[in-house]
Amino acid sequence: MSGWLSVRSIAIVALVLALVLLPVYVELGGSRFLLTLFTRIIILALAAVSLNLILGYGGMMSFGHAAYLGIGGYAVGILAHEGVSTGFVQWPVALAASALFALVIGALSLRTRGVYFIMITLAFAQMAYYIVAGLARYGGDDGLTIYKRSQFVAPIDLSNKVEFYYICLALLVGSMYLVWRIVNSRFGLAIQGARSNDTRMRAIGFPTYRYKLTCFVIAGTLCGLAGALIANHTDFVSPAMMYWTRSGDLIIMVVLGGMASTFGPLFGAVALLVLEEVLSGITEYWQIILGPLLLLVVLFARGGIDGLLGKVHHG
Amino acid sequence: MTLFIEQCLNGLQFGLLLFLLAAGLTLVFGIMDLVNLAHGSLYMLGAYFAATFVAWTGSFVFGVVLALGATLMVGMVVEVIVMRRLYGRDHLDHVLGTFGLILFFDELVRLIWGPEGLTLPLPSWLNTSVQILPGVDYSAYKLSIIVVSLAVAAFLYVLVMRTRVGMLIRAGASNREMVGALGVNIKLLYTLVFGLGAALAGLAGLMQAPILTVQIGMGENILILAFVITVIGGIGSIRGALVAAILVGFIDTLGRAFFPDLLRMVLTKEAASTAAPALSSMLIYLLMAIVLVVKPEGLFSASGK
Amino acid sequence: MADLLRVENLAKRFGGIVATDDLILNIPEGELHAVIGPNGAGKTTLIAQLSGQLAPDSGRIYFAGSDITAEPMHARSALGLARSFQITSLFLDLSVLDNVALAVQAHAGHSFHFWRNARQEAELRDPARAALARVGLSARADLPASAISHGEHRQLELAMALACRPRMLLLDEPMAGLGPEESSRMVATLRELKKELTILLVEHDMEAVFALADRITVLVYGGVIASGKPEDIRSNAQVREAYLGEQEAVHA
Repeated sequence: MSGWLSVRSIAIVALVLALVLLPVYVELGGSRFLLTLFTRIIILALAAVSLNLILGYGGMMSFGHAAYLGIGGYAVGILAHEGVSTGFVQWPVALAASALFALVIGALSLRTRGVYFIMITLAFAQMAYYIVAGLARYGGDDGLTIYKRSQFVAPIDLSNKVEFYYICLALLVGSMYLVWRIVNSRFGLAIQGARSNDTRMRAIGFPTYRYKLTCFVIAGTLCGLAGALIANHTDFVSPAMMYWTRSGDLIIMVVLGGMASTFGPLFGAVALLVLEEVLSGITEYWQIILGPLLLLVVLFARGGIDGLLGKVHHG
Repeated sequence: MTLFIEQCLNGLQFGLLLFLLAAGLTLVFGIMDLVNLAHGSLYMLGAYFAATFVAWTGSFVFGVVLALGATLMVGMVVEVIVMRRLYGRDHLDHVLGTFGLILFFDELVRLIWGPEGLTLPLPSWLNTSVQILPGVDYSAYKLSIIVVSLAVAAFLYVLVMRTRVGMLIRAGASNREMVGALGVNIKLLYTLVFGLGAALAGLAGLMQAPILTVQIGMGENILILAFVITVIGGIGSIRGALVAAILVGFIDTLGRAFFPDLLRMVLTKEAASTAAPALSSMLIYLLMAIVLVVKPEGLFSASGK
Repeated sequence: MADLLRVENLAKRFGGIVATDDLILNIPEGELHAVIGPNGAGKTTLIAQLSGQLAPDSGRIYFAGSDITAEPMHARSALGLARSFQITSLFLDLSVLDNVALAVQAHAGHSFHFWRNARQEAELRDPARAALARVGLSARADLPASAISHGEHRQLELAMALACRPRMLLLDEPMAGLGPEESSRMVATLRELKKELTILLVEHDMEAVFALADRITVLVYGGVIASGKPEDIRSNAQVREAYLGEQEAVHA
């Protein structure tokens, strides 16, 4: 960012301000639907932030990231179903399960590069989908309803929509800060070096595999948190959360928003979900527009929204 | 025992179908270095075209031939309009761009044919059984799938290994500039190769239409398997795709058929029926994981055929 | 003086092609040893095997007395054996200083530090700046590596190899693509470095080779046809025929 008054800084401040003030606006008579929509946007932005860590900064094209949304979500859902409603158990389990899955999948997948890596992460995530869909006890294909949101100690009450919104927002901001610190640390530079030129990194003495694997686990865990949040938001979990096309949605958010940038994932989530709302208001077949639009972004606006905002300043 | 033979044949048939799909994918990747997620969309179009043309013309064979031609044309048009701009770019760009195509095609199909899906009934002359062994009857249609697929595999082998065009394909895989320098029209070659891949996908789609499904999203479901096969077999290797596809076909079919029984011997009836579907679908991925550990570049990797 | 690098009967084939043919090499500490030979002689393959990028089919490599034949790249780097690349292999989307700082970071313990801003750590930045100064790139420190010239890329290559504080440098054609002024600057830099390091220099630039080398080995088709002092190599008939003759014909 160059200077306080760049277009990008203004856009960021405006967006953050809007997000913080949204519930106030809704309270004053705005549509309740906006609150629901933006809670969802914030949670998915969190997922996108986690993906950006491995995709944008790490150059690891994982096409199976939605699996962690499902794992985190089902951790909450299954425990709730079995009578364990306390968030103090559910959320750590969600995080641990995601971390474990990421560790195993990452350990296997990171032995490969490029296209193989994409295909393999895709396949493993689908495997998780099929496993979950096969769990008849927990609803299988139909999914599982969650009757009671994660319980914490008063005053935290997740069933209060406004409170839940701010908790999600706080977690999003916290994650963005965490990722920002990580990417600028020694670890982060090692990851970026591996993205830039993995062979050279190894030649100068970095055992890149272990760093990439660690990064992969961190990203998966963070996304598991998003999964726990979304389970609470929709009061429902289903295998569809983990279907590979959802991973595609996350990748779209990251690329659309601008890879390897702090606020890119947030821009992307807002842009994609708002666009979906707007387009589906125009036509039932809105994906006919979204598809080619995505293609155009890939071909002509690769730096995403963040990139475009930066250009406006210099342009 | 008859059940076992029948399931083996089913596994072979499924595997060969997957081979057609994976062959197109691996060919396009091996030669143009292009990751095409929309390959599944061509598979879907093959099925939809077939169901439509067969209904229009009243003739199974004629409808199928038209469908194949239509898929081939769609493939070539997509290559000229979209793929040409993606060559040489980062694989992530391919993934994103072709993912956009998936969204587009899924919605286009929904627009044209509606959300319900179609059916493609078999003509009476195919809807019979054939006695392949004393006491063992097998569906004539499934048998014809096996025959056709093997014929296509043989055709591909001859094409790639024994013809000038095949030589160009193999040379293109290893040295693009040189082939271009030889005066060969690379653009045309690529369009034809992509068209071939599309035709293979369309063929697979239309062949399975009468016995499996014609619906939106069918491409995405099966694409994963095609990817797994490509990884196991080694990208760019048609031989690898054949071996891996048959392997996957067998494991998946036999696994689903007999694994639950195996489980029941070890676990309680209830546990087995809960775990069986989930674990059966895992078998292929387990295979992929093993291959990854032992030989990450695939069983028959690199530019070998 | 003990041999810092000892190569015994190294061999490597690629299908029908013999890239390294029963190669023997001994380099004492403090020597600048040049390896020359026509194109395709296997010089880069040799460096790839010495640095660990490529595994030899047979033979042994000893560095500072220990057998490193099976050691992975990053381990050899940690032992003090650094290499530069013939083809530019940098972190193009990072800054010039970041590039060298990464090389420093590689040798500053593990990188499982997640919080402190690494770009503000003196432990990493100071040696990086020092290495850049040694090759004369201080002014370009904050530019993205993609924005500097080819000649400066070669200098950056050298800086990165130096940042690892190696005992021995494997230099793969550091002069490649340099103009006359840049070349003499590079020779001057190498002459300075010679005083503190052992260097294996693969080069085509004969002026530079004869100006710097203590000993020269000549490689043809993967095998050594001559090895010794520069004067001896210059007057060796076989070598003239195979290699230097070609060169002089070109210059004539």
